[in-house]
Amino acid sequence: MNESTSKICPIIANHIKVALVGQPNVGKSMLINSISNAHLHVGNFSGVTVDKTEVLFDYKNHHFTVVDLPGTYAFTDYTIEERVTHKYLCAESYDLIINVVDSTNLAKNLQLTSELMSMSKDVVIALNMSDEAQKEGIEIDAEYMTQLLGVPCIKVSAQTKEGIDDLIDAVLTQYESEKQESKLIFSEAVEEEITVIVKYLEKHKYEANNSYRHVAINLLKNNPKTYKRIHENPIWTELQPILIEASRHVELHHDSDDIREAFAEEYASFNRGIVTEVVKQKKEQKEKTLTEKIDNVLIHQLFGIPIFLFFMWGLFQLTFEVGAIPMEYIDGFFAWLGDVVGATIANDDMRSLVVDGIIAGVGAIVLFTPNIIILFIGIALLEGTGYMSRVAFLLDGFFHKFGLHGQSFIPLVTGFGCSIPAYMSARILKNDRDRLLTLFIIGFMSCGAKLPVYVLFAGAFFSPEMAGNILFLIYIGGAMLGLIAAKILKLTAFKGEDEPFVMEMPKYRLPSVKLIWHTVLTKTMMYLKKAGTFIAAASILIWFLSNYPHNLELVQEYETKIEMAINEDEKIDFENQLAVEHLEQSYLGTIGKFSVPIFAPLGFDWKMSVALQAGLAAKEVVVSTLGVLYSLGADVDEEDSSLINAISKNISFPSAIAFIVVIMIYLPCLAASIVFTREAGGIRYFFYLLAFTSVTAYVMAYIAYNIVKLFSA
Amino acid sequence: MKTLKDCQKACVVKVVKLNAKSDLKQRLISFGIMKEAVIEIIEHAPAKSTIEVQVGKMKIALRAEEAGLIEVQKI
Repeated sequence: MNESTSKICPIIANHIKVALVGQPNVGKSMLINSISNAHLHVGNFSGVTVDKTEVLFDYKNHHFTVVDLPGTYAFTDYTIEERVTHKYLCAESYDLIINVVDSTNLAKNLQLTSELMSMSKDVVIALNMSDEAQKEGIEIDAEYMTQLLGVPCIKVSAQTKEGIDDLIDAVLTQYESEKQESKLIFSEAVEEEITVIVKYLEKHKYEANNSYRHVAINLLKNNPKTYKRIHENPIWTELQPILIEASRHVELHHDSDDIREAFAEEYASFNRGIVTEVVKQKKEQKEKTLTEKIDNVLIHQLFGIPIFLFFMWGLFQLTFEVGAIPMEYIDGFFAWLGDVVGATIANDDMRSLVVDGIIAGVGAIVLFTPNIIILFIGIALLEGTGYMSRVAFLLDGFFHKFGLHGQSFIPLVTGFGCSIPAYMSARILKNDRDRLLTLFIIGFMSCGAKLPVYVLFAGAFFSPEMAGNILFLIYIGGAMLGLIAAKILKLTAFKGEDEPFVMEMPKYRLPSVKLIWHTVLTKTMMYLKKAGTFIAAASILIWFLSNYPHNLELVQEYETKIEMAINEDEKIDFENQLAVEHLEQSYLGTIGKFSVPIFAPLGFDWKMSVALQAGLAAKEVVVSTLGVLYSLGADVDEEDSSLINAISKNISFPSAIAFIVVIMIYLPCLAASIVFTREAGGIRYFFYLLAFTSVTAYVMAYIAYNIVKLFSA
Repeated sequence: MKTLKDCQKACVVKVVKLNAKSDLKQRLISFGIMKEAVIEIIEHAPAKSTIEVQVGKMKIALRAEEAGLIEVQKI
């Protein structure tokens, strides 16, 4: 086949658009990888939260476009994935469907197949994981199955790439042949009613795009589209009583007033018949499967949670220990880049913009890439192996008490590292409300960038022995506050019925290296691209606000002072004073002074106010801003003892506590806020977050300030 | 009537009725939890807040509240 792909496809060739549909965990992604491997050219088209992948290739003088739709259990709109798939299948234009099924669990998979078959599109069934099925002693008679269903069934294995070409050939044949009525057969009661309706339609020569049988089934299933069409036809008045009678008959037959339930049962019994006919299980496996053996340990009532905590601890150790190794080099690289680029720019303002603004800002984001890669690998492994579902199973009980979902745990823990990957990993939550609630809570988990601020203040106000405990207290306190906030949000803003927790526990699988590589690469590139472009812009803004307007008189005044300085120390002193005065009269300084009355009840002076606002860009900036403002020059870090002295001298203890509380709670950095907005799905959520965090931070800080003041007085 | 919530570990039961609302009912059905389906209880999470069951070859986790909506009988 390779020779046919290498040929350039003639323009007159037919385009065939195929929708790839299947239940979750049937190896769809791997199948599309195998197809694309054989036929090249993968393009990624990402939606808001769920990705659709398209694969384009040429085969036997045809242009193929295969659209990989998110996994779906049935035609419902329960999760984002299901909504995307359902909408696509109903509204988009495509030629036929490849239904990927798991050969090792045919009965369950056929439930979706039945629904696909009752649509008006051609279906080709890919019996995936046929190699695995063989190992388990399951044999499927694909030819017989093709006969019984009236739909081509092809055995494939995405893993070994067996049958991929057969599958494409079958698609081609199906595309070129006439549309065939599938051989879905219902129970006697339903068939009887179908016949009645079909006869009626025949009698009145109803004009339909599909067969009468198809229309009849859709009418029985209460398909809104079919109803809308037929409702406008004069035959409707006569048809209505027939339909009412038919529904009553079917519902009576199934002892249920839910027609969807009745049809699900119809499909299930049809599928049971098919499975009995075509599947031969060689040896009944009595012994425990590997998955069951692993689960005996991993979801053990007592050991399950400790084992999970150990895994998480390991992941974070890796993230921050191993991730720290290349950080040094990246930091060095950007410092070097700044020097080299800076040397080529003659204009002072331009150089400052490029070096202090863009390079420093973008460098700060690139700096975290190693951590993010490790974290993404960890999360891809957690998800890919099937362990994530176990964690959700173990933790759902505890989290549910606070209105959160079992799977909220991963984004929340990730939030201790950095909010950006945390917001992104919240995607694992399938339900919109659960995901939004989790997104709002992530900020309470203090991220790594807040650590310098905590270290600085803990060092300034507590003895070295106590400082560590204070740090721990801050982190734990933040998490507790987060859980309480979740509960409050759940009772107010996200009020409503609890989302049910019904989830498949997939078999444990070792995900392929390629798949993980692909996932991690796409996510990392997205992080770099989006956060990078954005951060460059934000850095320019902050740089501008803190550098302008230029006050030439001030600069000249200090330049003469610096020139007249008696010694080096005094010179540095003057330089620092210049920096402070410059910042004070800059736009940022003006804003800071303007906002002093707002922060006065918390005991903040204008310097603290500015530092807080600078922290909106990035939390690391809080320390450097305080450094500049307390006249030490911008090159300070959290262990600078003179800054610690300056702070303990200039800031009262209650104000310091209030300051820490605000840092703990208020809006995450600009980059994270942007990611939050994207993940939440709209700018209005950003304003909700802004209001929520600001009010909470202010109120909590006010309470803390006054309590501490009361006790220290 | 006995529900799935009341079942002990390793119990095997048959579904009699689903008392869930439409959405959840569809979800359960799409997972194979429907009338006549045979369910085995595999494991309970700590405090029995969540239950793991097996339907056919599929393992499913569900909250105790949801399990309480599934009427079953012993077989």
